[in-house]
Amino acid sequence: MTMLAPHSASGAASIPQAPHPEGLTPVLRCRKITKRFGGLVAVDQVDFDVYPGETVALLGDNGAGKSTLIQTVAGVHRPDGGTIELDGKEVDIPSPLQARDLGIETVFQDLALCDNLGAAENIFLGREVPGKAYGCLPGLNNARMRSEAKAVLSELHINIRNLEAPVRTLSGGQRQATAIARAVYWKAKLMIMDEPTAALGVPEQKKVLSLIETLKSRGVPVIIISHNMQDVFEVADRLFIMRRGRAVADLRAADTNANEVVRLMVG
Amino acid sequence: MSAKSTSLSSPAQDAATMQDEVLAPSNLVAFAGRMWAVLFLIALIVFFSITAPGFFDLFNFQAVGANMAVLLVLGLGQTFVIISAGIDLSTGFVMGLSSVASAIVMQALTGYPLPVIILLGLMTTLFIGLAAGAVNGVLVAYMRVPPFIATLGTLSIAEGVAYVLSGGPPVSISTRGLGFFGNGFLAYFHPEAGVSFLAMPSGVTGTAVRDVLGFFPLQVVYIVILASFCGWLLGSTRFGRHVYAVGGNPKAASRAGIPLGWTLFKIYVLCAVSASLAGFLYVLRFNGGVANAGDALMLSSVAAIAIGGASMLGGQGRILGTVVGALVIAVIQNGLVILGIDPFWQYVAVGAVIIMAVLVDQAKGRFFP
Repeated sequence: MTMLAPHSASGAASIPQAPHPEGLTPVLRCRKITKRFGGLVAVDQVDFDVYPGETVALLGDNGAGKSTLIQTVAGVHRPDGGTIELDGKEVDIPSPLQARDLGIETVFQDLALCDNLGAAENIFLGREVPGKAYGCLPGLNNARMRSEAKAVLSELHINIRNLEAPVRTLSGGQRQATAIARAVYWKAKLMIMDEPTAALGVPEQKKVLSLIETLKSRGVPVIIISHNMQDVFEVADRLFIMRRGRAVADLRAADTNANEVVRLMVG
Repeated sequence: MSAKSTSLSSPAQDAATMQDEVLAPSNLVAFAGRMWAVLFLIALIVFFSITAPGFFDLFNFQAVGANMAVLLVLGLGQTFVIISAGIDLSTGFVMGLSSVASAIVMQALTGYPLPVIILLGLMTTLFIGLAAGAVNGVLVAYMRVPPFIATLGTLSIAEGVAYVLSGGPPVSISTRGLGFFGNGFLAYFHPEAGVSFLAMPSGVTGTAVRDVLGFFPLQVVYIVILASFCGWLLGSTRFGRHVYAVGGNPKAASRAGIPLGWTLFKIYVLCAVSASLAGFLYVLRFNGGVANAGDALMLSSVAAIAIGGASMLGGQGRILGTVVGALVIAVIQNGLVILGIDPFWQYVAVGAVIIMAVLVDQAKGRFFP
């Protein structure tokens, strides 16, 4: 484990910090993010960076502030203090929609899929490709949406036999994959996954993890929030650990182990 | 294992059974499940053709088509509402109110040219539809009043206003020629005078009128146009896709950037406008308006939608299904009348079909997704 001088004086005086690639602009740079709910300080002056192509696991016990921190990036909460930069430019993220427009795609725990629609329809939900109906009326270009959906799914090695079948008929892993494919298709600059494997069976978990590897190889940075230590060590390059609203460690996955992480999480 | 539990609740099972489940049901069973309303309609037609003399007859079929026009048009807009996981209870009295209001306007215009009367009557109709729809839309979409309660309120208001305007009894229109638009045909044929379009063959008078045959009732023409429009809107446009999304998972729809409030607002306006147009068809057909013209039809129209395969939980349904559902109801009514069975048995028969529709829908969920 490497212990370096922290980049900034954040809430915790000095936290174990992984070396960051030099000369690269972080895709996401959070500085002194603070979020309060009434008297409770859920996130206390946290600095959090994500560099191109890396997978960062955000860890912490319940109530550690990891979800709140991520929700300020996803536009669900507005921070009470601090700044968020995307590709070096300071941004304001007032809503989830705005976050999406900025290229921050969040795969929520409840997936945000319409169960009654097909995979292709879900991938293009809200961003349907216009086309013609019955040759002359304005309509939707379903053929194009299907072929593009097929392309992105096969690019990610996801096999969904019938793109029109309602996604409720798909397995948990296929649904998760659909949600991820949507983010990939719309060229996510940064992907946030909230407990991506929590609700899946073991074979499905493997699939989602390999999907994250695929994303990494495409240079899309991924933040995953997870409780599953095994998953975390399998895919994450870096672990960012929070405790009671503060950042307590920022470690390279290769330099640490589960025991140490748990110790940091519970303090 | 039911389709519902394919959700994320039982992950271990999911992984194991998922493959089988998606593949298991035979295509034939799936097809029958999807098409059961059509198959049932065919069975009804065969049954009545055998048992009810005079049922299997082009002119009887035309009458069935014309008779179901008002019911179907009420159901067209309601289909959007039901797919969005809502319900509009007010359609019946919005229809009544629009029939009364337009009849009053048209009667007041007696003496003006027929096109003027019809145009202003239609504008009154649309005004009522837009107004009622806007009220429902604002309440449901923006003030988050549950649709059942919001539209129950507008139902009562529309009923009250309709009775106040009409004073109770039907408002009749004395202008001649209006009846043609409600009861006329696209084409006429007389053995001697030959074929004519949109009017009786010239020179046919007196008892000879009885020999004239009409083809393509205008009421049927209207519903073909309106149903095609709604079918396109729901099945082929962005708005239609959003209706399904809002009904399937409003949270997901909203996260995907679909404007939830605005979509719901448009759905309720569309529904009320279709109800008001049903009122206008009623006026054309009966040369007048009645406050409670649509009272009994509202539930029948929902029945048609349910028979047509829409889920009352939202997210599922098609315009073609609603058309088939309305046909099932209209054929039952017509067949029972021809058989000479007490007309009140219609309600029993339609009720039984509705329950059947729901059972089939549940069975669908059990046996295949």
